[in-house]
Amino acid sequence: MLKHQAANSRRNALRSYLGAYGFMAPAGILVIVFFLIPVAIVLYLSVTNLASSNFTSDLAKMEFIGLKNYDTLFNDQFARKIFSNTIFYVLVTLSIFNVSLALIVSLLTTHIDRNAGFIFRAMWILPRITSPVVYILIWKRMIAEAPFGIINQFNELLGQPTYNYISTNPWVFVVVVNGFIGVSFGMIIFTSAIESIPKDLLNASLVDGSSRLQRIRFVILPLIRWPLLFVVTYQTLSLLTSFVEIQLLTDGGPGLYRTEVWSLTAYHRALSNYFGNAQWGYGSAFAVLLVLIGVVLAVIYMRVFRFDELIAEPRVEAL
Amino acid sequence: MEIRIDNLTKKFGEVVGVEDLTLHIDDGEFVAFLGPSGCGKTTTLLTLAGIYKPTEGLIRFGERIVNQVQPKDRNIGMVFQSYALYPHMTVFQNIAYPLKLKKTPKNLQNESVRQVAGVMGIGDLLDRRPGQLSGGQQQRVALGRALVKEPDVLLFDEPLSNLDARLRLTMRGEIKHLQKNLGITSIYVTHDQVEAMTMADRIAVMSGGRLQAFDTPEELYDRPKTQFVAGFVGNPPMNFIDVNVSQSDGAYTAKTGSIRMTVPAARGAPAAEHAGAVVMGLRPEDIAIASEGEVAGEIFVVEPLGREDLIDVRVGEHSFILLANTESRHRAGERVALQFDMSQVQFFDPQSERSLLWRQ
Repeated sequence: MLKHQAANSRRNALRSYLGAYGFMAPAGILVIVFFLIPVAIVLYLSVTNLASSNFTSDLAKMEFIGLKNYDTLFNDQFARKIFSNTIFYVLVTLSIFNVSLALIVSLLTTHIDRNAGFIFRAMWILPRITSPVVYILIWKRMIAEAPFGIINQFNELLGQPTYNYISTNPWVFVVVVNGFIGVSFGMIIFTSAIESIPKDLLNASLVDGSSRLQRIRFVILPLIRWPLLFVVTYQTLSLLTSFVEIQLLTDGGPGLYRTEVWSLTAYHRALSNYFGNAQWGYGSAFAVLLVLIGVVLAVIYMRVFRFDELIAEPRVEAL
Repeated sequence: MEIRIDNLTKKFGEVVGVEDLTLHIDDGEFVAFLGPSGCGKTTTLLTLAGIYKPTEGLIRFGERIVNQVQPKDRNIGMVFQSYALYPHMTVFQNIAYPLKLKKTPKNLQNESVRQVAGVMGIGDLLDRRPGQLSGGQQQRVALGRALVKEPDVLLFDEPLSNLDARLRLTMRGEIKHLQKNLGITSIYVTHDQVEAMTMADRIAVMSGGRLQAFDTPEELYDRPKTQFVAGFVGNPPMNFIDVNVSQSDGAYTAKTGSIRMTVPAARGAPAAEHAGAVVMGLRPEDIAIASEGEVAGEIFVVEPLGREDLIDVRVGEHSFILLANTESRHRAGERVALQFDMSQVQFFDPQSERSLLWRQ
């Protein structure tokens, strides 16, 4: 009888484990197939000298060259420039657009008429849902040289000199173009966080004697601290790896690596080098360093912002 | 602070929250807004707080018209059903918040917060956060926060609804006591008529965005001017049956089916003047089970309340709720006779639902 019970409970435990893994499986498989396996492949490629000249798809036939790619990378005269470009691009876009402007937009649109706010936010989402190629084409037309670009046409109209903006101010447009997309993520997160603050709490603050600005400072901002930190974290990582818009707008130029960022370099080296000379091995070394930076940052963020507290088990029973 | 509301209407788009409300509240008075959910009582309260701006009408605090005055400039204290404590602040910071916004010097803030916390009996909780407090403690903090800035008007939005029954009883007494001591004009929104009856000097009964009655608890109970008020005030609620009242030889009789009841002339006469059926209202305490009486019925269900039993007696198709001594030990299915104390009977016009006895 006892034996039977023990077997039974073991079977139950097994069954509940199976259930848990079953539920985790879809996400787990996605992570394995689209993250872990590619990372492993890239890691392997980065210690080979695979390029268009010695191309093979057979992993075993690739030539192992140890850490030579990394050695080359650290001695690359442009690596430092590209690295500081990346830091500049991420910090400036993140602080001005992805966080500050996102916060301002969500605060503004939650303090006006609900429908108006909704329409305003919906418009801010457009850059994100537009195909990057189309979106960048629109920008390129706007900032094109005179007499084609709209901005330059305005300049002419106002009697101002015209500019070739891509060569005079490439960074301004790299940051603005990415920033316009970046705003919508934080905007959605912040807006839902602000709207989930209980109405009573917001009313209480007004009755207690706060102006609307004071209410933002003393009540709303402290209460959306976690979403704020989440957006900072998540957007740092996603800006680090984003390059499509830069590629389409300036392709790292003008000139030598003026707006080239790390992930774009990885792409250039591995897939789009001059005359079709793709250096998969060398490009992979760039990519591996990016993965490394991303993982380290993610771990630091999780520690510093105590993400485990955010995902504490729901206390359904305690309610 | 005297509050005068004149012809207040608040609409949200097409939806009417409050309609044509006129109400004058005396200085230091404790007024309850009583009514079922959606009757407009909270809308009125939030309009008084300045969260909503009136669509029409005038609100005066003393002589000042406050229609367009911001909440922060009204000097009001408010207590919410959800307590609405700031979760990221300690109890001390919560109570000090209104003072901080007023730019009160730090040492005075400290002094006032400690004094209020002392009065509310939460002096030892000042370092805690709201999440670490029980519901009752949170409610005291909320009350402390409302009182600390010495408001001219105190607004309560169902402050006791989230507390357990026992605590509700204690807090009820404490709030009433505090209000009388401080003499602050107070408005208390509730759907619980016991709370309204026990605490308020006057009760504004609301329904469907309209004021049904505004009077002292005794008046509302003894002389309800509408059927809604009669049914809403009093627990268990008043029994209503449709009857015809007729007069013969100076004696008034209310009849329906097999039921015949003699009505005192003072109350029967206005009812008899009304052509056709009228609604008769009888409070449970005015009905008694007797060994023999005017009407015979059968006990449908007995609900023991401890001190007394709530008994539902069916007479034909009519049902009478009454209160009986527990010692009589009635059981469901028992055949009983009912005796009616007709001295407190009420009559209403079935169409307008207005009282036939107490004209407005």
